[in-house]
Amino acid sequence: MSVSALSRPSFSRRALLILLSVLLIALVVGMEQLAPLFRALFPDQDPAMYERESFLNLTLAHLALVLVSSLISVSVGVAAGLFVTRPAGREFEPLVSTLAAIGQTFPPAAVLAIVVPVAGFGFIPTLVALVLYGLLPVVQNTVAGLGTVPSQTLEAARGNGMSAWQILWRIELPLAMRVIIAGVRVSVIINIGTATIGSTVGAKTLGTPIIAGLVGNNLPYVIQGAILVGLLAIVTDLAFERLERRFSFGESGAMA
Amino acid sequence: MSASHNPTRDTASARLVANRVLVTLLCAGLLAAWLLPFATMSPNRLASGQTVGLSEALSAWQAIALLALSAVLAVAALRRPLPRELAHGVVLLASLGLLLITLYSLGDYAQRTLVEKSPSARVSQGSAFWVMAFCCALAAIDAFQRASSGWLLRLGYMLIAGGSVAMLFASGHFDDLSIMREYANIRDNFSDQFITHLVLVGSALGPALLIGVPLGLLAHRHVRLQGTLFSVLNFFQTIPSIALFALLVAPLSALGNAFPLLGEWGIKGIGAAPAIIALVMYALLPVVRNTYAGLKGVPPATVEAARGMGMTARQVLWRVEIPLALPVMLSGLRIVTVQAIGLTVVAALIGAGGLGAFIFQGLGQYAIDLVLLGAIPTIVLAVIADFTLQMLVVLSKPAGTRR
Repeated sequence: MSVSALSRPSFSRRALLILLSVLLIALVVGMEQLAPLFRALFPDQDPAMYERESFLNLTLAHLALVLVSSLISVSVGVAAGLFVTRPAGREFEPLVSTLAAIGQTFPPAAVLAIVVPVAGFGFIPTLVALVLYGLLPVVQNTVAGLGTVPSQTLEAARGNGMSAWQILWRIELPLAMRVIIAGVRVSVIINIGTATIGSTVGAKTLGTPIIAGLVGNNLPYVIQGAILVGLLAIVTDLAFERLERRFSFGESGAMA
Repeated sequence: MSASHNPTRDTASARLVANRVLVTLLCAGLLAAWLLPFATMSPNRLASGQTVGLSEALSAWQAIALLALSAVLAVAALRRPLPRELAHGVVLLASLGLLLITLYSLGDYAQRTLVEKSPSARVSQGSAFWVMAFCCALAAIDAFQRASSGWLLRLGYMLIAGGSVAMLFASGHFDDLSIMREYANIRDNFSDQFITHLVLVGSALGPALLIGVPLGLLAHRHVRLQGTLFSVLNFFQTIPSIALFALLVAPLSALGNAFPLLGEWGIKGIGAAPAIIALVMYALLPVVRNTYAGLKGVPPATVEAARGMGMTARQVLWRVEIPLALPVMLSGLRIVTVQAIGLTVVAALIGAGGLGAFIFQGLGQYAIDLVLLGAIPTIVLAVIADFTLQMLVVLSKPAGTRR
């Protein structure tokens, strides 16, 4: 692909990312200013604006949940992926890979529900479910990414007298980074969605107004929560897309 | 480094133990059996109960069988007495036996205890039970991979394992377990919601294929469309399920209010309509992407040869391109089916019904059994769908390339 064909879509996607980020921040901070609009659209609803908690607080709580769970998932997941690709742990690789594949067929909402009997209601069970579920794509992509490093490259590094640590840090991880980040992207996006459902088990997230609206038959609440969480997911995904592209060494970039 | 040529390090333990995975699983299972509660006894449906250890819950022969099978597994993990291939077969059978003993003992304990207690008392499974069942399943999966067995053998084993568990359920052996008593209370409703779940998934997959496959063809033929098409579909995929469901509620309820006739057809804010539309939107990306990737994987020389033989464009598509792309297209269907089964859980929140209804109802009442009655069947359904479609993918490959 020629350079011009590549740079144009990536430019427009950067513009899109900036535009949507600004919109997201504006809505998080200034949703209350839209109260007249919602009152005009839904004259029968009173109140037409979710006011039990500020949207800023809900967004921060949502982000904290996703951030903490993702940090744990990524560190544990990459460590597990590294372990099963080293000589000492290679025996565990088939089982761990299968487990990651089967685990991802489990519906996230069902995983969330199954954690409740063990961990109770609130922040903790949601965190546990997010960590467990978020682990799987990270492990899978770490193993896959390290597997794409050509054996000649490793051979050459060994021939140059690099130690196992040096090979890992200077060759394997940099070359596998794009695939690992793709796994983190999947994990974080799923976690943003599952955290939303977490409000049904008592975690405070952007799903709280959605659930309150669905239970209380209040459409404005539903829309306010859903728009924010949808935007949050899209902005995060676009940001990860850029991050991934940064690690693709001279490849012709992603397909779309 | 020599380590790359000889993956297992030549230490004393490596000379003795041939299967460290099995040893790890066995240790984890036995540790859980020793330390964690095997079952819980509670006076009624909602009260929290007291825990019961494994030694208390098992009868003498069950305990002996459990130890014997564990010992068999331990021997099979060693390097010496058993030849490799035989050891894998032994592990497979022993782990299935261990799983059945664990299940049987739990049901048996419930039967024995509840005879003496009040009829409202409940016996439910404890954490040791889950860990033991999990370790058994993992040991079986690992043995399968080591034996590098074909798909036919795998199917046979799945049927035997699934069949024996199903028979235990059908015989009424578990009827005294708390979760099965809960099931008895909601039996009719359960089958209704189960069918609703399947209908929702099915009615989303149909349109998704009808729209997605032609879109994939279009993306394959017109390269310029790809960028826009894939980014729009990726947007849908990115939006959290509950947000997409919820965002569809507003326009659909407006439509239903504006045109009462549409409302009578079921097009209204709450219920199946927004659920199915959202499920289709989620399903489109994998269907389109895999149709496109499958067609792209057809070697140009093959298409060229088909044209050279005088086939029309339509014949080339139906007799050459689609058959060759079928395995990749079916893996797309596999992703979509599994995903739709999971997302339908969330659809219960907008009143579409399905197994998710039990999950959220149970969460609301803090009735854990009800939650599990929704969650476990969904997981089983997803795993079965995944396995079945995986088989179809294998079968759709040209003979000789199957694995």
